[in-house]
Amino acid sequence: MIAGTCKALAASLLVLLATGCATKQQKSYDYSEFRAARPASILVLPPVNNSAEVIAPYGILAQATQPLAESGYYVIPVSLAAETFKQNGLSNPADIHELPVPKLREIFGADAALYMKITSYGTSYQVVQSETLVAAEARLVDLRSGKLLWQGSARASSLEQQQQNSNGLIGMLVAAVVNQIVSTTSDASYKIAGITSYRLLGAGNHNGLLYGPRSPYYQKN
Amino acid sequence: MMNKKLAAGFALGLALTLAGCASQKQKTLYGWGNYQNQLYEHFKTEGNGNEAEIAALEENLQKIRAQGEAVPPGYHAHLGMLYASVGKDDQVIQQLQTEKALFPESTPYMDFLMNNYKKGAAK
Repeated sequence: MIAGTCKALAASLLVLLATGCATKQQKSYDYSEFRAARPASILVLPPVNNSAEVIAPYGILAQATQPLAESGYYVIPVSLAAETFKQNGLSNPADIHELPVPKLREIFGADAALYMKITSYGTSYQVVQSETLVAAEARLVDLRSGKLLWQGSARASSLEQQQQNSNGLIGMLVAAVVNQIVSTTSDASYKIAGITSYRLLGAGNHNGLLYGPRSPYYQKN
Repeated sequence: MMNKKLAAGFALGLALTLAGCASQKQKTLYGWGNYQNQLYEHFKTEGNGNEAEIAALEENLQKIRAQGEAVPPGYHAHLGMLYASVGKDDQVIQQLQTEKALFPESTPYMDFLMNNYKKGAAK
């Protein structure tokens, strides 16, 4: 009887081991172009803003470096890149997104460029409760070939329960980012944008970016 | 007796399995501190708070180093740009060189910036 229980327990242990920490996921992104291209450095272009909030691109651009760098990529300094565009008479992100890929490669020397579009940013005040929502889309384009390597989208809302998405490393980092920001600024949208940014650009998320060469997980996912 | 051993074996196995999951929570690659918040301030103030930003970033850099953490991509280059805005010319090139040394991936862009800066300074 007890031996039988032990066998059952051992079997369940095997199942645990086999499934590991993985969560069940459907439809996987086709990473063949991404894997072949092996980008090491990423140029983050100023995001196109489709929200009503003027400050939205600042909130997203300021928080794009950490998820990408922690995923193992070199990130072209976002402030300097924005300045370089400005000095060349380009202050409208939509115009910047239209620049020829070889030109970007020539100036910044990055392997890939990230094109982001902000679809929601800000707080809507309702009778019962207000919601702060930030949503964005991203495309990663190889600057050597012009090929699309990856695309995705993400959103974060103040109405979510925090625990829901705190899985593994990314969850821990998001919690850290939130705690850090809460103590330094009261800008709710900025805080939510940080979470959106991690969901959008952190490697290891379902159908997210692959890890880059500076990560210990490089070519392991 | 036998069953106790089995139970002990199971407990050990379970502990290892759970530890396996837990160990995925590992250290970050870089020390960040207030870097991204400072970038946000930089964008919002549109270059009108450079002195305060430099002070905040220099202090943060000390903390990152004291904790033995790596300085994130862009940090030194951003600091270099801020130094340029307040006329600390000697420190501009030094910061861009440091970015390049830490991250060879930045070489083409850092060279582009340094060439432009030297041209501008020579005028």
